[in-house]
Amino acid sequence: MGYKILLTATLAVLWLTLSGYFDKPLLLSLGVLSVFISIGVAWRMRILDNESVPYLRMFALLPYWGWLAVEIVKSSITISAVILRPDMVLTPRLIRVKTLPKSSFGRTLFANSITLTPGTVSVDLDDDEIIVHTLIKEMTAREDFVEMARRCAKAAGEKEISF
Amino acid sequence: MSEWLPDLDMIRHIIAGAMMFTGAVFMLIGSLGVLRLPDFYARIHAAGITDTLATILLLGGMMLSSGLTQTTAKLALVGVFLFLTSPTATHAVANAAHKAGIKPRLGTIKSPHPRDVEGS
Repeated sequence: MGYKILLTATLAVLWLTLSGYFDKPLLLSLGVLSVFISIGVAWRMRILDNESVPYLRMFALLPYWGWLAVEIVKSSITISAVILRPDMVLTPRLIRVKTLPKSSFGRTLFANSITLTPGTVSVDLDDDEIIVHTLIKEMTAREDFVEMARRCAKAAGEKEISF
Repeated sequence: MSEWLPDLDMIRHIIAGAMMFTGAVFMLIGSLGVLRLPDFYARIHAAGITDTLATILLLGGMMLSSGLTQTTAKLALVGVFLFLTSPTATHAVANAAHKAGIKPRLGTIKSPHPRDVEGS
């Protein structure tokens, strides 16, 4: 029930934001209709759970996004400097990262954060490790990945953080 | 009193313009990287710059220049969706290449300075 109300409110706000109509009765009622059809379909598909309605969780992620934005700016500048050098020196590596958050949401967040940071791309994901391609060897430092994994686990709401 | 107060609206537009210009420069650097870097996996990293920092700066500049309007809310939504989907797409491409057996060039790759290649 809670998820139904939450999804209804989110869809209504999204519809109003994207359309900007507040005083056209026909369009507003069509908007209400489309929101209810969406809720009905989602309910019949039985996907109304924490996975598909993660909006409360998103507020817990805001501090992490702030930290990630700073990391993105720093590594973007590093990679730009590498690209712009006339005599370009690259030291690509394929490394295995074994420190992972426990929950599947934390792992998804971690792998996506690695890909979002320029200079590192997660290539493959196994049960207990992520294979990461890095452009320069300065970005293979273990501490950086451990720090990011720790913050991801915390943002995913994990109780025990063992690294 | 009021004539030597800075014009806030003008400052806002100057900052917005500067952000958009910097974003465009990073877009250019990213494109240059896609052209210059040696192999598939390395080029993904250059494309990553255009996906992240350049997009933050461009969207941020546009949001700042349109002020507190509906457009800003829409731009914020665009930013959120981009940040959720672009790493997934990048990972899908990299993973497909890995599964298809494309081996990355590893070790140390040096490209000579253009001045030494021309030979004058």
